[in-house]
Amino acid sequence: MSPRAAETSSTVASRRRRRALGVITAAALPIVLGGCQLPTFYGYRGSTRQGHDESVLWIGTMIAALFVMALVGGLIVWSIIRYRKRSDAMPRQFQNHLGIEITYIVTPLVMVLILFGFTVYTENQVDAVSPTPALKVHVTAFQWGWRYQYPGNVTVTGVTTEDPDPIGLNGAACAPAVDCLGPGLVVPTGQTTRITLNSQDVIHGFYVPEFNFSRYAQPGITNVFDLTPTHEGIYRAQCTQLCGLYHSLMFFHVVALPPDQFRAWLSSQQQVASAAAGPSTSNSTTKAAA
Amino acid sequence: MTVLAERPVTHEHEHEHHEGPTGLLKWLTSTDHKLIGMNYMVTSLVMFFLAGIMALLMRTQLASPSSSFLNFQQYNALFTMHGSLMLYLFAGPFAFGGLANYILPLQVGAPDMAFPRLNALSYWLYLGGSITMLLGFLVAGGAAAYGWVAYAPLSTVQFSPGSAPDLWILGVGLTGFSAIFTGVNLVTTTFYLRAPGMTMFRLPIFTWNMLVTAILILIAFPILTAAMVLLFADRHFGTHIYSTAGGGSPLLYQNLFWFFGHPEVYILALPYFGIVTDVIPVFSKKPLFGYKGMVFATMGIAALSTGVWAHHMFTTGAVLLPFFSLLSLLIAVPTGIKFFNWIGTMWRGQLTFKTPMLFCIGFLFAFLMGGLTGVMLASPPIDFATHDTYFVVAHFHQVLVGTSVYAGFAGFYYWYPKFFGRMYREWMGKTHFWLLTIGFWVTFMPQYILGLWGMPRRVASYPANLGWQTLNVVSTIGAYVIGISFVFFLVNLWVSWRKPVVAGDNPWDAHTLEWFATSPPVHHNFERLPPIRSERPVWDYHHPDARTIEHVKPSTNGKGHGPLADAGVGADGGDKV
Repeated sequence: MSPRAAETSSTVASRRRRRALGVITAAALPIVLGGCQLPTFYGYRGSTRQGHDESVLWIGTMIAALFVMALVGGLIVWSIIRYRKRSDAMPRQFQNHLGIEITYIVTPLVMVLILFGFTVYTENQVDAVSPTPALKVHVTAFQWGWRYQYPGNVTVTGVTTEDPDPIGLNGAACAPAVDCLGPGLVVPTGQTTRITLNSQDVIHGFYVPEFNFSRYAQPGITNVFDLTPTHEGIYRAQCTQLCGLYHSLMFFHVVALPPDQFRAWLSSQQQVASAAAGPSTSNSTTKAAA
Repeated sequence: MTVLAERPVTHEHEHEHHEGPTGLLKWLTSTDHKLIGMNYMVTSLVMFFLAGIMALLMRTQLASPSSSFLNFQQYNALFTMHGSLMLYLFAGPFAFGGLANYILPLQVGAPDMAFPRLNALSYWLYLGGSITMLLGFLVAGGAAAYGWVAYAPLSTVQFSPGSAPDLWILGVGLTGFSAIFTGVNLVTTTFYLRAPGMTMFRLPIFTWNMLVTAILILIAFPILTAAMVLLFADRHFGTHIYSTAGGGSPLLYQNLFWFFGHPEVYILALPYFGIVTDVIPVFSKKPLFGYKGMVFATMGIAALSTGVWAHHMFTTGAVLLPFFSLLSLLIAVPTGIKFFNWIGTMWRGQLTFKTPMLFCIGFLFAFLMGGLTGVMLASPPIDFATHDTYFVVAHFHQVLVGTSVYAGFAGFYYWYPKFFGRMYREWMGKTHFWLLTIGFWVTFMPQYILGLWGMPRRVASYPANLGWQTLNVVSTIGAYVIGISFVFFLVNLWVSWRKPVVAGDNPWDAHTLEWFATSPPVHHNFERLPPIRSERPVWDYHHPDARTIEHVKPSTNGKGHGPLADAGVGADGGDKV
């Protein structure tokens, strides 16, 4: 064995040992660890507080699922290999084993109840609505676009066939232009934005992949939820509920700006809006924005 | 509550009277459950292949970003019809109209279904409904394009004008009635036409599962049919049941649809669990491990399945999340029981891997993964992140391909000698299995990742530069491999038809009553029946010295009586083959 091979094999062995240790730790404390150092299994870590909470639940659930899959899959593989027909001997014709049967009823029951506990905890975090959000935006979906109503009569409407950049922020900021399709919903980072969502025609889906969040926009039903972006950036988003012919093109995106930049943007938009609407409304809109 | 069935006529010459018309007239007028079952199977397989071709067209479209292979209207119509055909016209009818119709009366030792004419009516309604739905492709504007769920208000006349949606609604309504009638027939046959000695706890698990499925049909399909009638009224009679304009509620449609839709998932799954549960013991040369546990697990799944419908509606923001989440998660428990019972059946058996057994193994892995991702989706926060993405698409395809394709074809290969009295070609069956398995995993694993990356379902195109193309191409290649695997299935049928190999009455050394009949069974099925003293009457008849050991005490391992004792052949196991 060459030194190099020896080194490789020892590396493999230590990696294997490290991986085994990692799996044990991960299985024991998926939630406590907060998901910071764990793999995300292709999911997003979540660019909002709510999305991050979901990500932690996802990672823990995924680890538990991999554990179950390894156990059950391993038993199946073992049965296939070990009990392949080797002779004409008649197998024992046993049919029941109460102890084993009770074990495999109780164990999954306990596992799903634990998952249910974490689920309820997380969904309460994700669905919690702050009584004092920093910003309230009314989002209306329609065939096939989005309308955002900010305080101060600022309304942004965009459809996919129109200018994909109605707020003029993209330019250099939007590195892959494909992230900036559709109208941009501008929100501040580090603060809570309350979204009030409905639809003016059919059912649409408000889905921001990197926020790990979606909610139906429905006619006649108003959904209210909070988003608290933790990282500034531009987040690709898309309608997910089939809404007719151009469903595939019903893009939008979320622009998360630092609060001061956001306030500057909003007040400039409010000035434009109040200039258009006349001076009588400007007082009330400024109050609403603050 | 066994009712003594009339003993089948045993005089040879009597059969001449039963022959009746032949050829087309026989096909049109027969009330024989075997012929009706075969009609169902052939029709539903035609639907399966049509829907499969639609899937290949869609995968071709998605192999490149912003593809113009199909336009949006065509693509939307294709996924609508793919889903509708697969779910309404293949997966259900293949199981409860085809396999159950043929096999269930044989398994309980009955001469036919309880209501043979109603059975024939079921088939003709189903065929009529199928054709009605397919006619949508021929009308102006193309077939319905609102998804197989037809959510209002998209499916109302304002957003989906034209006659194709009406044809679709009629088609679903007709097949709904057909399913209800079949359900009535299956329940009555199981309760009233069992042979003497066939107590409820001696029923084969396939029959048990069909009984529970039929009860679920009676719970769920009337809701669907009613929802369709109301949708039709909204479209044509000026009602506003599902539209906000007149004070109606679009959410009502979703509640009604999924109150059907989730039991429907188990209507599509339980029969196939039954097939797997019948096949694995036969090819393990053992009785089913945990028979009663299996029966109660099936009942548990059915009971829970009527209380989980709103887990399809987590993102509506209008349902009580913890309730539906908890009930959905609890379904994992009886499903887990089934898994461990299947494994326990194989444990210490003598496994042979004929084609039906291979398909069952394929089912186990597909359903394991599909089931685990289902548990994830039962958790609302995870559903928020993945709802209506390709993650969900991959999940339900793993479940539904696992059940209706893997287990469905396991059943078809398993009973093929019974249907036709001849054997399929083993090597072609195995090639079918391996190609299907490669194609299956290559198609659907990338879709999980695409979904986690945020690719929505039901999109006809996706932007370039998102990095989605590679995985979509992989998925498309997998889909074509699945398509090729079915060529081996069809050629297999053709070859065994042209060059028959006689199979015999009981080629698998199987357990249940249908294997006591001739292959194919004579008119009214049985000329004689074996004594029925357990759930394996045919096995008992052929292996009188290898009876089932009913209960094993966990504490007797040391004496060699426990299942975990190392002796492959027990004191009362015998070594006769």
